[in-house]
Parts: sequence; C-alpha cells; structure tokens
Amino acid sequence: MTTATVIPEAERREVTQLRVIHSEWIKLRSLRSTLCTLLAAVVVMIGLGFLFSYFTADRWSQLPPEQRLGFEPALVSLRGFYLAQLAVGVLGVLVVSGEYATGMIRASLSVVPRRLPVLWAKALVYAAVAWALMTAASLTAFLVGQAALSRHHLETSLGAPGVLRAVLGAGLYLTVVGLIGVALGALIRNTAGGIATLFGLLLVLPVLAEALPSSWFDAIDEYLPSTAGQGLVQIHQQPHTLAPWTGFAVFCLYALVALAGAGVALKRRDA
Amino acid sequence: MIEAYSLTKRYGERTAVDDLSFTVRPGTVTGFLGPNGAGKSTTMRMLLGLDAPTSGRAVVNGKSYAEHRAPLHEVGAMLEARTIHTGRSAYNHLLALAATHGISARRVDEVLDLVGLRTVARKRVGGFSMGMGQRLGIASALLGDPATVILDEPVNGLDPEGILWIRNLLKGLAAEGRTVLVSSHLMSEMALTAGHLIVIGRGRLIADTSVAEFTAQAAGDVVRVRTDEAEKLRALLAGPEVCVCAQESGVLSVTGLSSDRIGQIAADHGVALAELTPQQASLEEAFMELTRDAVEYQAPAAQLVGAGGEGRAT
Repeated sequence: MTTATVIPEAERREVTQLRVIHSEWIKLRSLRSTLCTLLAAVVVMIGLGFLFSYFTADRWSQLPPEQRLGFEPALVSLRGFYLAQLAVGVLGVLVVSGEYATGMIRASLSVVPRRLPVLWAKALVYAAVAWALMTAASLTAFLVGQAALSRHHLETSLGAPGVLRAVLGAGLYLTVVGLIGVALGALIRNTAGGIATLFGLLLVLPVLAEALPSSWFDAIDEYLPSTAGQGLVQIHQQPHTLAPWTGFAVFCLYALVALAGAGVALKRRDA
Repeated sequence: MIEAYSLTKRYGERTAVDDLSFTVRPGTVTGFLGPNGAGKSTTMRMLLGLDAPTSGRAVVNGKSYAEHRAPLHEVGAMLEARTIHTGRSAYNHLLALAATHGISARRVDEVLDLVGLRTVARKRVGGFSMGMGQRLGIASALLGDPATVILDEPVNGLDPEGILWIRNLLKGLAAEGRTVLVSSHLMSEMALTAGHLIVIGRGRLIADTSVAEFTAQAAGDVVRVRTDEAEKLRALLAGPEVCVCAQESGVLSVTGLSSDRIGQIAADHGVALAELTPQQASLEEAFMELTRDAVEYQAPAAQLVGAGGEGRAT
C-alpha cells in the first residue's frame, strides 16, 4: 500500500522539452520493430552499394562506351539509398502511427498535455538517429563500394569534386524522408495511409508528372520533393533540376510544412 | 478535487455527454456509474484534456488539466481502452512515461512492485492478460504519486483476488486524502468500494449522492406487512404520500411509511401483525431502474427521489 505523498515535493519536476526528448528516446530504443527496420536500412544501404559496385566492376569490359562515359563510381556505391528510403520512411510513419494503432498516444498526450513537445521530440529523436545511422551507412557503402571497384581501378575518392556532398547527401536526404514520414504519421494517424501517402509523394508523383507535356514537366519536376531532395545525391547537376543545396532546401521546406500541419492537427484534434 | 461545469460533448448529431456538472471530493472513493455508452469514458477523456468539450469546462486540482506543468504528479489516470504500446515491455513503458517528468527508475520499480508485476516487467505487454494489462494501467496512474486518481473500469478482467486487491487499494488511496474517481457499470462493485456516487445515463446526470443515501433509498421505504386484518390496516395506513398494494391475500406492500410507523399504527388500533419486514431491493436492481428511467424519460437529477419509490417492490 502506498503512503500519502511517496514522492517528496522537492523531487516533483515539471515536463520540459528535454525530458520529453528523453522519453521519446526510451520509446524509440525499446521497440524491436524500430531496431529491425533501422538494421534493414543499414544492411540495404551497404549491401546494395557493394553488390552494384562489385558487378559493375565485373562487367566493365562488356559495358558499351556511352555507359562507361556516364559512369560515376560514387553514385554506384550509393545506389542503396533508393531502397533504404523505404525502410527509413516507413519507420518515420510508424513512430507516430504506431502510437495511434495501440492507443499509446493517449498515454503520451495525457502526460504531456501541451502535446506539441511530443511531436517535436519524436521528430528530433528520429531525425538524429536516422541521420547518424544513415550517414554512417552511406560512408561505409561508399568505402566498401570503392574497394570493390578498385580491382579494376575504377574507384574515386571523397576528395573528388561532388563526392563528399553526395555521400553526406544520401544521409541527409534519408533523414528528411524520415521526418516527412513522422509528419504524415501524425497527420493521417494510420500506418497504411501514412506509408501510402509518403511513397505516393516520393515515388508515384514523379511518374505521374511524366504524363504532363514535357515543357510543363520540366517546369514542375525540379520542385517535386524527390527530385529536389535527390539533387544532393548527384555528382553533376542534372538538366532541369535545382542546384543541389537549393533543391535540398526545397525538400526541407516540404518536411517543415508537413510538420507544421501535423502540429496544428495534433493540437486541435481529439486524441 | 475534480470539478465539471456543464460538460457537453457532441459527435455530429449524437450527444455523448450532455450538460454534465459534478464535483468529486478528496478523501472518499467516488463511483462513476452508468450503463455502457452512458458517456463515462468520454467524460474521463475530457477531464484529462484528451477530448475537447463542445462546451463547458473541467477543472482538476484547481486548473484545467492542460494547464498543469507536471500533470503526472497531479492526476494519475487509467483509461478503459488500452493505452499501451504492445511491443514494449512494462518496465520501458513506465520508464518512458516517467522520463517526461524526470521521475526516477526507482519509482518505476516501486509501482511495479505495488501492482505485483515485478516478475514480468521485462516482458512485452502484447503477451499480457487483461488483468495484467489493468495492473499496468494502474501502475502508470500511480507513477507520479498524484493527488487525484481517475480509473476507468479498473475491475474489468481482474480475478477475484485482483478485485479484492483493487478495492483495498482504492480505499487506501482515498484514506490518504486523495481524490479517487472510479467508473464502473457494476453497482454492486461500487457499493462495496465507493463512498459517493455519480450516476449518469445517456450523458446526463441522474444522481449525485452518497452510497449510504442511495442504499437507504433502494432498501428503505417498501415494507411487507402480513396480517389477518389486511383490509382494516390498509384503510388505517392510507394517506397522501402512502401507497399500499395487496400482493396476495393477507399481505400488504407499503410504500411511504417506515416499518416503525406501520407497527405503531397497527398497535394503536389493535391490529395483530404476523410479519413486518422492510424490503431489501438489491442495489443492482435499484441502479438499473434508475438508469432505465433516465434513458427512457431523460429524468433530471431531482427525480431520483421520485423514481426511487416506484416499481421495485419484489
């Protein structure tokens, strides 16, 4: 049986943003699904980077000249980011939608009734974890890939123009994909709906845009989230795209708008 | 202390909670009763700031819930629907909640001990039985050592030992001077645990009364009288507030007079009584009667007295 006031007055502390961040960190690391998904992203990033590099090097002598001309050793080893974005995006959605699915969100919001600190903490913690892991994975994929390519002396180095930006860019792009996932999870509050919307935005929208007349497409495409964001993971700026960092800023703007919308919705709606 | 002022919640056309006002005071267990769908859970979610009232206001320990800077230390709550991520262990669930207030891991162990979940604390909640889930919910409610405790149907899914445990726990919390609000759809359970009752039906307040009063009304004023001179006694007892019905030959069922008074009248007029028994209608029946009336006629609170005397002589 408890006794009256077990916790003395001096030990009763208020909710702060920092404490909510700590709480979200405990939540993120204590779910097996989180660890599995992040591991999958890392494995895909490094594994595919190695495989693409290995087989490109292997087939080098049979490649047609135009392919040899457009060959970018750095990009081949980073190819895994395209698949890794699925894992990182899904987990971003799940960080919030998983709480709605299980009802945990009502516990989370009743201990932090101002609500917004929960969203900011989720976004921050997930972004930090995704950035650290994915940047490390990207760097590893690059190094492993270059090692595979070096058998045929096709490798490049981090010092070559645009390479370091592409390697770090893959980590940054994936981080923002995760953030958009968090925002969509909070807006849509449903795992399937959040994932469908996220990949609709990133993967389907560019395909749909191709149906437009080419002058329209050229005008619109560079502002689509995936095109804008993936400009970072290029060595040379592609035609009809924004400059790499400009594009990335546009991509971040999408994430910020989505997060702001999620904040408004979280504050207004019943839990 | 919990105060509700004209709380109203509408979902489109449907009114889940309708102009509900009540006060829950510290020092006693207050039972929050109503049939399923009466609006108990909705009311509790509004108390916790999870659902915004369409109109009206709820105040907990002097402030609206969202204004508290350390809500876990003010109000501990367990909602009826599960509010726990099934993939996390009980320990990590509590640790994450505790972290928002800087509450120590030692306190997490304490509440796990308190509810008897220490041995399964590291297991995933998804594998918990309903009773274990309830205990974990209670642990999270007590985590911040709050002055006010709100529990939605805590008895659900508990075995008899668990039910006894929670009765004692609730009484203990109230005895420590805490405010304890416990919802239930079982009157009999509340009669054993609660000191005060708030009864709602279809979102409206039906009764705000002490259990003693409620019990007295449920059991009080129907008296069974058996006598050979039934007709004579019937005439003697007749009055404006009195209802006498003949159930079978030689047996009267009297409403509106105490058994003392009936005995006195019979003695004064030399009527010999073979039996004089205050009827014990069960609390459950009284409660059902009360809420059925509310649902059918939407009786306001004042009608408790009027409704209490009718139709439940058994």
